[in-house]
Amino acid sequence: MSNQSIKPTIEIAHLSKSFGNIEALCDVSLEIYSGEILAIVGDNGAGKSTLIKILSGALTADQGQIIVGDKSYSSLSPGKAIGLGISTVYQDLALVDCRDVASNIFLGWEPVYAGFFVDKRKMQKEAGKILADLQINIPSLNTPVGLLSGGQRQGVAVARAILQGGKVIIFDEPTAAMGLQESAKVIKLLLKLREEGIAVIVISHNLHQVFEISDRICVMRHGRVAAICKTKESLPSQIVELIMGAPDKGACVAAGVYSDEAI
Amino acid sequence: MKQFNRFLLIWDQKFSQILLGLVLFTTVFLLSLASPFFMTWDNWRNILDQSALQVIIAVGMTFVICTGGIDLSVGSVTALSGVCMAAAMHAGVSVEMAVFGGIVAGAFVGMSNGLLVSRLNLNPFIVTLGTMAVARGVALIITKGIPIYGFSREFTWWGNGHIGPLNPPMLTAVFIALLGALVLNKTKLGYYTLALGGNEEALRRSGVAYKLYKLIVYTICGITAAIGGLVVTARLNTAEPLAGSMFELDAIAAVVLGGTDMKGGRGSITGTVTACLLLGVLRNGLTILSIPSYYQQLAIGVIILVAIIISELRLKNAPGHGNIIH
Repeated sequence: MSNQSIKPTIEIAHLSKSFGNIEALCDVSLEIYSGEILAIVGDNGAGKSTLIKILSGALTADQGQIIVGDKSYSSLSPGKAIGLGISTVYQDLALVDCRDVASNIFLGWEPVYAGFFVDKRKMQKEAGKILADLQINIPSLNTPVGLLSGGQRQGVAVARAILQGGKVIIFDEPTAAMGLQESAKVIKLLLKLREEGIAVIVISHNLHQVFEISDRICVMRHGRVAAICKTKESLPSQIVELIMGAPDKGACVAAGVYSDEAI
Repeated sequence: MKQFNRFLLIWDQKFSQILLGLVLFTTVFLLSLASPFFMTWDNWRNILDQSALQVIIAVGMTFVICTGGIDLSVGSVTALSGVCMAAAMHAGVSVEMAVFGGIVAGAFVGMSNGLLVSRLNLNPFIVTLGTMAVARGVALIITKGIPIYGFSREFTWWGNGHIGPLNPPMLTAVFIALLGALVLNKTKLGYYTLALGGNEEALRRSGVAYKLYKLIVYTICGITAAIGGLVVTARLNTAEPLAGSMFELDAIAAVVLGGTDMKGGRGSITGTVTACLLLGVLRNGLTILSIPSYYQQLAIGVIILVAIIISELRLKNAPGHGNIIH
């Protein structure tokens, strides 16, 4: 899918981030193209979440740049990230359970009339349209999202990301807490987004799923990019080896060594 | 079937208000049977006049509680704003400017609450407990503890005037309640007020300036309390530095009785107004029935406890309270 001659939708250049003595990210560079699904895998503490949080504006990097179009940014706020077309579907979905579906989809971006009043009718109409496009079935847009099933809630969070005009949509563990049927639905949704030319980043622990949907796999280890592989040209066993670090070389060898060898 | 589901949904969302309305209606009905005097206009005028002040303060409190916060300083703010107005008028300031100054004083206390709660992320209970004491202290310092009395007719009109069969406090209460309902249900401020109580983090991640909205909500509560101060001071023709004690508890009671969730996220101005009326009717009815005031206190306390128990039991099965199957 990805073609190196095409300009990336977003480029991450040499991002580093430390929390005290702990180096969460170290010189991470990555390119994301429209119409591809990039999976980010890695063990707990590999730096996946930190990377995503910097991209979505929740954290500020110590060093490095995020390049969108012709401009580069050293830090983003949540509002700015959304403005640049980077939307995130968080693992906890960031929904307001006591509010209805339309209010959640438009959270922060409510249309107003007369400069003052929220245009609820317009919200409901557009929310209904987006949900229908995504083939998410929700009985009533007036339902508080707390009453919906896991898959429906995920759908509401995705609809919000699309409404925000995301050119890049980041999914943090999209199927972690889901049953088989609902997972299948979410996967269908991700493939549909790719078809529409959106750059999709998926963080997942489920390698089987990663191989099923992704175009490229970025393996992170100890805060560095251990390797970026094309899914079609890799085997699950290789990816597992990269995640764990090759057993024969021992854990004491710095992870960075592999990055050159692996690519 | 779809119609029925819709009905269930409305029933669920409006449960508290419907129940409260029924209780109010039943109480009025029973009291009208018990006493021929109860249903006279003179008596109702009295009830509405008493409830008006509570409505004004409770509307601001509804906003704060909807964000999951609380404002204990409203009683002191009514005293402080009244004292500021009185001191200004006695210093020769015009009535309009004095009233404006008093309301600014209330807004300032509210804004301080909002800044401390939103910027420093402090617990609103403790913050407003502090500003409650500060505002009361300032009111006592300004007056040296002695009530200020004797104002122009132009000022006392706000408490004792006549507009047809009604009076200014009632109309002020109606205006504030309508404005509050409009803002809470139809504007971004209202949407974010409820979202703040539901999931503040979600609001932050959506890029909303949520701290600013929190600040505005506390400022609104300060302003409504200051307007309450105007009504109290004008009605009594006296600015009493110890006025308004326990007002915060009355306001919180009315808000909770009205179906607003103490954890935030759900709230209703209609419910708050109905609850103020119910409390007013009960106090009035118990007085008419010659029940000693000690028992009145007890009865109203029990009603508030029962209301909270009902709403908690019901909320256990409602969304947004930790029992959802994801």
